[in-house]
Amino acid sequence: MAKRFSIRQQTGFTAIATACFVLLYAPILVLVVYAFNESTSVTDWGGFSLRWFVSAWANQQVVDASWRSLKIASSAAIIATIAATMAALATTRTRPYRGLTFKYAFINQPLMVPEIVTGVALLIFFSQIKIASGYTGLGYLIAAHTAFCIPFAYLPIRARLENMDLTLERAAADLYATPWQAFRRVTLPLLWPGIIAGLMLAFVISLDDVVITEFVKSGGQDTLPTYMLGQIRRGITPEVNAISTVFLLLSVVIVTLFFFLSRKRD
Amino acid sequence: MATAAEIEKQAEARETRNRWLLSAPALIIILLAASGPLLIVLIYSFLTPGPYGDVEWKFSTEGWVSVFLERDIFDDTLALATSHLTIFWRSLRLALMATVATLVFGFPTAYFIATRSERTRDVWLFLITIPFWTNLLIRTFAVLQVIRNEGIINTALINLGIVDQPIQMLYTDFAIMVGMVYVYLPLMVLPLYASMEKLDFRLVEAGYDLYASRWQVLRRIIFPLVRPGVVAGSILVFIPAIGAYVTPSVLGGGKNMMFANLIELQFGQGRNWPLGAALSITVMAIVMVALLVYVRNTSGSEVRHG
Amino acid sequence: MPDTPGRNAIEVRGVRKVYGTGEAQVAALDTVSVSIRENEFFTLLGPSGCGKTTLLRLIAGFDFPSEGEIMLYGQDIAPLPPFKRPVNTVFQSYALFPHMTVAQNIAFGLEMLGKPRAEIDARVAEMLKLVRMEKLAKRRTSQISGGQQQRVALARALAPQPKVLLLDEPLSALDYKLRKEMQIELKRLQHETGITFIFVTHDQEEALTMSDRIAVMSSGKILQVGTAREIYDRPAERFVADFIGETNFLEARIVSVDGGKAKVTLNSGATIAATLPEGFKPDGSATVVIRPEHARAVKDKGDISGVVENVVYFGTDTHVHIKLDDGAIFTVRQQNTRGSAADFERGERVGIVIGDDAAQILKD
Repeated sequence: MAKRFSIRQQTGFTAIATACFVLLYAPILVLVVYAFNESTSVTDWGGFSLRWFVSAWANQQVVDASWRSLKIASSAAIIATIAATMAALATTRTRPYRGLTFKYAFINQPLMVPEIVTGVALLIFFSQIKIASGYTGLGYLIAAHTAFCIPFAYLPIRARLENMDLTLERAAADLYATPWQAFRRVTLPLLWPGIIAGLMLAFVISLDDVVITEFVKSGGQDTLPTYMLGQIRRGITPEVNAISTVFLLLSVVIVTLFFFLSRKRD
Repeated sequence: MATAAEIEKQAEARETRNRWLLSAPALIIILLAASGPLLIVLIYSFLTPGPYGDVEWKFSTEGWVSVFLERDIFDDTLALATSHLTIFWRSLRLALMATVATLVFGFPTAYFIATRSERTRDVWLFLITIPFWTNLLIRTFAVLQVIRNEGIINTALINLGIVDQPIQMLYTDFAIMVGMVYVYLPLMVLPLYASMEKLDFRLVEAGYDLYASRWQVLRRIIFPLVRPGVVAGSILVFIPAIGAYVTPSVLGGGKNMMFANLIELQFGQGRNWPLGAALSITVMAIVMVALLVYVRNTSGSEVRHG
Repeated sequence: MPDTPGRNAIEVRGVRKVYGTGEAQVAALDTVSVSIRENEFFTLLGPSGCGKTTLLRLIAGFDFPSEGEIMLYGQDIAPLPPFKRPVNTVFQSYALFPHMTVAQNIAFGLEMLGKPRAEIDARVAEMLKLVRMEKLAKRRTSQISGGQQQRVALARALAPQPKVLLLDEPLSALDYKLRKEMQIELKRLQHETGITFIFVTHDQEEALTMSDRIAVMSSGKILQVGTAREIYDRPAERFVADFIGETNFLEARIVSVDGGKAKVTLNSGATIAATLPEGFKPDGSATVVIRPEHARAVKDKGDISGVVENVVYFGTDTHVHIKLDDGAIFTVRQQNTRGSAADFERGERVGIVIGDDAAQILKD
């Protein structure tokens, strides 16, 4: 059978695409495989073993850093999502009004500034506050994370809100619902999948952050990524492989959930 | 009782006030922990470095001068700061090359995903999204493991007898490039895909109907139509690339510095906060220029899809 | 429809709605006044952009008039927000809550009003029976057909027993057969519940068949209000005559006026009788409208004459398009009864006889 002419096909594209997918995953897979490597060498296979996972878990610094990461990520994600939901309600489904473009740009602005610049800015700003107030807790990190998480939570919530039928709230008002009742009984239930998606996105973004955290943290306030960065700079330990694998697994789980939520349409 | 028209005005005013109140938390948080501090950076760039880091509140333009020039410690003459300029050049070069490379690899990939059937398309999207959400550090680390002298590639090459000595790939500009392309590829693919998904293939059909070859269809029909995606993807890659910190740090070692590493130096051993601030503003300026290019390119072309 | 006029359920007084300011100001409604009686099936009819939906929205409360009042049983409701008005709407897109079942949708208004659970349940059951949807009570609204969604939207709006029910082109999304069925349903519901229905449509056939009275609108103004008969037989404005059914327009000069009737001379020379719209005093010249079925084509001389341009056969009747001496086209419509009269051919010169009661003078 002669090959049919496909209008969609372009020469070589499928080959390059497939190569890209393979090359994207290959290094990661290598990493994961060697996390289970018995030997200390990262290239010689010494047998299947969980020793690096065990030793990482026993490493107090790792545990502390993980804990810190989770604390910061949960706080930042929750605050960011609430702020983003409110901001989305304020900036969508309205005729363009004065200040709308400004608000929209401002909210998304953390996405436009390179992390190094924000990191430096916060380093300077927070160092002054540290001197003045003496407070050196996690607050700075949570504040910094919340700020750059807001645009990430904002986008899926806004998308969901824009797709919602405006007439539904009008119908609710027609049927004697006060604005608050309409929000609670109609808008919020329909918005919920978007909010959850935003929350998960913010959580992952916060967990993953390296640069801003590196600049804002005080001594001893390592998060998991900054701890790993320190380890990598000093030399390779297979423990980092193990931690990376767990991290990877977490990302996969969250992305899968996120995909599920986005595909689910009412 | 107020007239209906007055009620309308009141309702409008109330609505505007509500909208400002609702957006206030987000705006305040971002102002305090993201945008506001940028102004402080600008101020700091005009101050004097303190002896142990931080600054002395004395106006000085040394920070800005040191960005491009260095003062000879003996006779106080100014000369071009070649070390800085090398770093600037490397950053620009690598960022641009990474943008081009991700475009070259990302375009076919996005096209591939966009031309899959409805069912399988989600799978491919899922596959490209996972690396996107995987920690940058982990992915850079994975590249490190692969290209280092005792890494997979070199071990394989030696075992296969192709070379006797490991090829030095790590701690070179090449390593940083590879790392950035690897890390930023999904950032290019996703907006490209978004554009291609909306592509009306009937236009492609029309092209073939009018005797165009595959290459011509690509160049004269497909590419112009997905141009918004190309521009968006390029910006999405260029901005993090020019300010890249982790990738040059891990894959370049201490020697092949980019902007971000130079900046970090000023807040660490270099003890020159004003210079660090000035350098940050410089990076911001480059990003602004890139964004202006983006805005000019997108507002000009109204979306011609469907 | 009540025989004796009852109270006015809705009175619209001098309502204006403008958008924008200064030069760019656009009047969606231009000083509109109308009274709608209780227990009436009242229709707002007009092409898109005429303002009918705007008026409906003002009555519902989704927007405020720039000027004027809207009275509900004597009380000005214009300043009230929609959730304080005992008026409910059936939306064009139905606007059913997708995350609730059919029963939950119908119960919604009553829940918002804080009615006790028992009363809500009883009323929901009653409504389900009224629109014949008992079996589908527990279904999600996204899983039922368009016609069924329609009925749920109706039930939902009727459940809280509003004083007035507003329907915004509710049948436009349905196919022909379903639409015909729903038209009958709606009439039945209006009779059974006795609620005042205000119905918006651009479909003149729908308006004519369903309404007690019709308001024809165009460009933000109400041009004429009357029963279907009155609107069709006695259109007062050019737009109304043109929009509803087919019409012939003839220029004429006024010869004499006697009460509600006048004698006019047509361009062809013939003098015929014509009816005047209420309270209208014509001068010199006027335009006269004649419905195609109120004229007859004859082989010999008539009131006007012309040459047959085209004969179109429609099964139930035949349209004869006649070109008059001044160039205008006059259409005559004849029913095809058995042993029908003349057969006309293209190019044949024929006469047109205009019945006594056929001609109507326009206000223009």
